[in-house]
Amino acid sequence: MTATMTRDEALFQGLVRLGDNTLIIGHRVSEWCGHSPVLEEDIALANIALDMIGQTQLWLGLAGEVEGEGRDADKLAFHRDAWDFRNLLLCEMPNGDFGQTMMRQFLFDAWHSIYLGRLLKSSDARVAAIAEKASKEVAYHLERSADTVVALGDGTAESHARMQAALDYLYPYVGEMFLSDDVDAVLAEAGIAPDPASLREEYDALVGRVLDKATLSVPENRYAQKGGRTGTMHTEHLGHLLAQMQWLQRAYPDARW
Amino acid sequence: MKNEWPLWEVFIRGQHGMSHRHVGSLHAPDAEMAIKNARDVYTRRNEGVSIWVVEANHISASSPSDKGPLYEPSESKVYRHPTFYDIPDEVGAM
Repeated sequence: MTATMTRDEALFQGLVRLGDNTLIIGHRVSEWCGHSPVLEEDIALANIALDMIGQTQLWLGLAGEVEGEGRDADKLAFHRDAWDFRNLLLCEMPNGDFGQTMMRQFLFDAWHSIYLGRLLKSSDARVAAIAEKASKEVAYHLERSADTVVALGDGTAESHARMQAALDYLYPYVGEMFLSDDVDAVLAEAGIAPDPASLREEYDALVGRVLDKATLSVPENRYAQKGGRTGTMHTEHLGHLLAQMQWLQRAYPDARW
Repeated sequence: MKNEWPLWEVFIRGQHGMSHRHVGSLHAPDAEMAIKNARDVYTRRNEGVSIWVVEANHISASSPSDKGPLYEPSESKVYRHPTFYDIPDEVGAM
């Protein structure tokens, strides 16, 4: 990234980051379809995954428009390789057990809801309009994932142990949400998006409140795994996810229903 | 230990001014989750503006074996239907 990045170059990056977050975590959640512990959760998770994919279409669709090189949301979703993805590493982490999936969802939803809340006031009307639609969906996602984290954290000895293990495993991926770079600086300067670093306090308060209720302890170590939203380095999990998600469009380019 | 969540009956109101209608049932650990599950299972195609849930074991139901004494006596009482009145045209559709 150079200091001479234009507003539209930064906006494209910012939109791809948002769209890749929802695309990758949405795909992860969709992997539960037909496998959830109970029917009700199966449908609820599928609904959340569909919300995420819907938001992806909007973010990546706008990204393609801003880029102006004829790429639409499908092109961006299915015809890029792992190193071109800009999602938070948290989003690509494996589902693990149901508890780990819900913990990942909660840690993401909490950040997502705060971030979208700021985007409502974006100086770019298109960004604000997508945030307006998405934030209603995400308010529900957060309510649901927070309730589940509390129920399982403050549940049986086994569910508590599993949720604490999930939190310990995923917490190193939280810090990346608050790392700012040149893209963020340009977007913040233009009033399009918030500076990620400025959201940490609100996030810690929200997450702390819920985890407290869930009788879970937030790990002391603030070490942050990073490289997803800058594209420097993804985890080994992303390639496997993309292989499954993209194979049809790669084997039969531009195949349609 | 019972591992199954209790059964809840779900009632949804389709629009303002209408009554809640029974739409089905689901399992949930408590009332709050039952409402969330009902939202996800029964309102995903824009069916509702309000949800009621009630734990199925709180519903008292008439017994199917009582249907003779309960319902047959009303079969022969057509005069209870308000179909013997001449309704003036001005009233319009009832």
